[in-house]
Amino acid sequence: MMEKINRFYKSFGLPRLIIASFLAILSVTAVVVGLPIGDLFSAILVRFGMHGILVLAMVPAIIAGIGLNFGLPLGILCGLLGGLISIELDLKGFAGFFTAIIIAMPLAAIVGWAYGWLLNRVKGSEMMVATYAGFSAVSIMSIGWLILPLKSPEFAWPIGKGIRTTIALVDRYERVLNDFWDFTLFAESDKLRLLVPTGSILFVLFACLLMWMFLRSRVGVAMRAAGDNPKFAEASGINVNKSRIVGTMLSTILGSIGIIVFNQSFSFIQLYQAPMFMGFGAVAAILIGGASVKKASISNVLIGTLLFQGMLVVSLPVANIIMTLESLAEISRIIISNGIILYALTQVSGGE
Amino acid sequence: MKNNEYVLQMKNISKEYYGNRVLKDINLSVKAGEIHAILGENGAGKSTLMNILFGMTVIHETGGYEGEIVLDNDSINIKSPVEAMDLGIGMVHQEFMLIPGYSITENIKLNREITKDNLVNKFLPDKLKTLDFKKMGTDARKALDTLGMGIDEWVKVAGMPIGYMQFIEIAREIDKKNIKLLVFDEPTAVLTESEASNLLKAMVKIKEAGIAILFITHRLDEVMEVADNVTILRDGELVATKKNNETNVMQLAELMVGRKIEKIKKSSTEKRIGETILSIENLNVMMPGEEIKGLNLEVKAGEIYGIGGLAGQGKIGIANGVMGIYPTSGEITIKGEKLKLNNPKDALNKNIAFVSEDRRGMGLLLDTSIEMNIAITAIQNKGGFIRNFVLFTQVNNKEMKSHALNMIKELDIRCRSEKQVTRRLSGGNQQKVCIARALTLEPAILFVSEPTRGIDVGAKKIVLDTLVKLNKELGMTIVMTSSELAELRSVCDKIAIISEGKVEGILSPDASDVDFGLMMAGEYKKMQSKGDDIK
Repeated sequence: MMEKINRFYKSFGLPRLIIASFLAILSVTAVVVGLPIGDLFSAILVRFGMHGILVLAMVPAIIAGIGLNFGLPLGILCGLLGGLISIELDLKGFAGFFTAIIIAMPLAAIVGWAYGWLLNRVKGSEMMVATYAGFSAVSIMSIGWLILPLKSPEFAWPIGKGIRTTIALVDRYERVLNDFWDFTLFAESDKLRLLVPTGSILFVLFACLLMWMFLRSRVGVAMRAAGDNPKFAEASGINVNKSRIVGTMLSTILGSIGIIVFNQSFSFIQLYQAPMFMGFGAVAAILIGGASVKKASISNVLIGTLLFQGMLVVSLPVANIIMTLESLAEISRIIISNGIILYALTQVSGGE
Repeated sequence: MKNNEYVLQMKNISKEYYGNRVLKDINLSVKAGEIHAILGENGAGKSTLMNILFGMTVIHETGGYEGEIVLDNDSINIKSPVEAMDLGIGMVHQEFMLIPGYSITENIKLNREITKDNLVNKFLPDKLKTLDFKKMGTDARKALDTLGMGIDEWVKVAGMPIGYMQFIEIAREIDKKNIKLLVFDEPTAVLTESEASNLLKAMVKIKEAGIAILFITHRLDEVMEVADNVTILRDGELVATKKNNETNVMQLAELMVGRKIEKIKKSSTEKRIGETILSIENLNVMMPGEEIKGLNLEVKAGEIYGIGGLAGQGKIGIANGVMGIYPTSGEITIKGEKLKLNNPKDALNKNIAFVSEDRRGMGLLLDTSIEMNIAITAIQNKGGFIRNFVLFTQVNNKEMKSHALNMIKELDIRCRSEKQVTRRLSGGNQQKVCIARALTLEPAILFVSEPTRGIDVGAKKIVLDTLVKLNKELGMTIVMTSSELAELRSVCDKIAIISEGKVEGILSPDASDVDFGLMMAGEYKKMQSKGDDIK
């Protein structure tokens, strides 16, 4: 018995165990203090669908050997641009949503290629360079949003030029995925009513399946080897730099799709400074899921997103009841996400 | 020199690493003012002996040593290098431990600075006192003069020729007041010929100052030039201790190499040796520490071709150069086709496989399963183990698994399952995985570098037997690089000895120990040309 527990503990890892038990305690407390637990769990599912793809975007980057992709905002910006252009084309519903993705993907591919080229030049300090590449791209695009020639009336400020900071998606593709095949469990009970956003969850799972298949393809296997041991890969006739570029491109493309999925669920497109720290949340989630700077898997994505988002959703109302403090959710989010990133970075071992 | 007292006596020194005896009953005595050379191949036990003398932590962490060390009549047990220094044992390192931005004087006096008082610092702790540069300079000058070095003691070390740096290291050692014994660990390995001869002169001067010198080297002529006595180690055993005037280069070479050779039964008559399959012309490989400079080599199909030589002479560089892993120039022809240089992919496509000497660094994906390690190169280059759908490909797990199980059985890879990651396999089993990966490519030419380094005896036999079997049954051409001459002589058809980045000579495995020894030491050509002169 002890051995079994030990083995489980080892494979699951201490951080996950702590967070999972914390989440369990929070959930029990929520029930005890009389919060509608069904609503809380619906919110977790919604947020899982919202963030899943952004977290998945970390996988190819980590596996290709460039580490945690702090430069995710690069992909996010491409997705935002795709979203805006889809609105500019006056598309609605699924048409609008998929057009946004179709426009964003090639943009992200180009940006990802250039970004990968940059990262190949700074081997060894990818994560730091990536962070600043993300920051500067967000800043540059803050100017971009002001001067882009997009004319749709939804973008306009009441006075002045440029695109608004927040654009509502109500008449566009708001919740197209979330509302697809959605259903409610325990509809009669106030406390237990659980709304399942089937479409967005399926979308995340489908993307995960594609990624899993990619990792088992020839290119994927090469990428894995290049990330694991570049010297070995080179000697096995694998072009390491090319593999890293492929990983970076995939990560950027997933980032762009991820933000469109995020926006449809959130019902708004946020521009300017909003994408600045979005990469950090995704990084924290996959790390909580058990990934490291060198290793990541699809299960890390799924577990991490659930735990991280679950904690954020449940902790706020519970904490608000126990002690009322404004912006507690934001504070706890920052503490948890930055704390776990810090923890993961201290685990990076030198050498091998 | 009337002092008959021994400065250092090492009596019956033995050492085991994990049940593996690396030193057996070594006796060594050095007098003051004597240059005592220690001669031996790589792995003969020279460095282990020195590690014991300096009390390096590796020795104590692995269970200490047996025997006694006597320094000036006192039996001592040195526990750390610092203690060794305090006792007056100094070491001149192979890598220079100098600070480039400091002057020669500062480097010589580092951490032993002479300080002086002034008004303010009288009351401060010693560490904060002003340096007495004048006195330090005088001391440094004295040490440099002893070595016959005219260079100004205020010059910064940065940018100096390597030969000078070596001298500064030595100056630092002889400046220590209580120095009794100085160890030179292959000091001439990195020096040019004239620098080396200066160094030898300096050694004689140090000796005349009454300091004992232990001179570790494999250059036979240097030994003959300066050493008073020579101790020869081989496989951890003391083979002989000779006085300079009682021996000669030939004898030393034979003693250094000679050993009984076990032949793996080989029927060389049956062998079909074919046309030239690999020819290398004017090869240059920039592999740090193992550089190849203008080498020519020809390998015939069906041969087991051995490449030997001492560490650092370049033998490892050949296979790495052919595979395109280190920057290479020259001309390599495989079956009449020119090989694209610096291009591992082209080498793989031309049916060359490589088992690297750097097993953990380059030979394996340590956190990946055995089956993937075996299959991956074939997946990437031969389209093996892969299912092709129109738009995408998927690894064929079933095929990969059955192939891996096959290999595990054939090469006797000891593992829990084919899914186990390779990190925790033993060295021998890791090596077998590497070989399995190379065999999966079904190569025409197989390069193996140091196939038996760091693996146990049982695994060694399997590895060597496998190579012989492949050669015999499939007619695979094998180019085997190894530091272990005995191993090369037991399986190869021909052995090229590499010295200073070039082929020193090609011998049959049955050639005499003297020839092998001379070639390894890089003396063979010199001896021959001398012989020609006499004629």
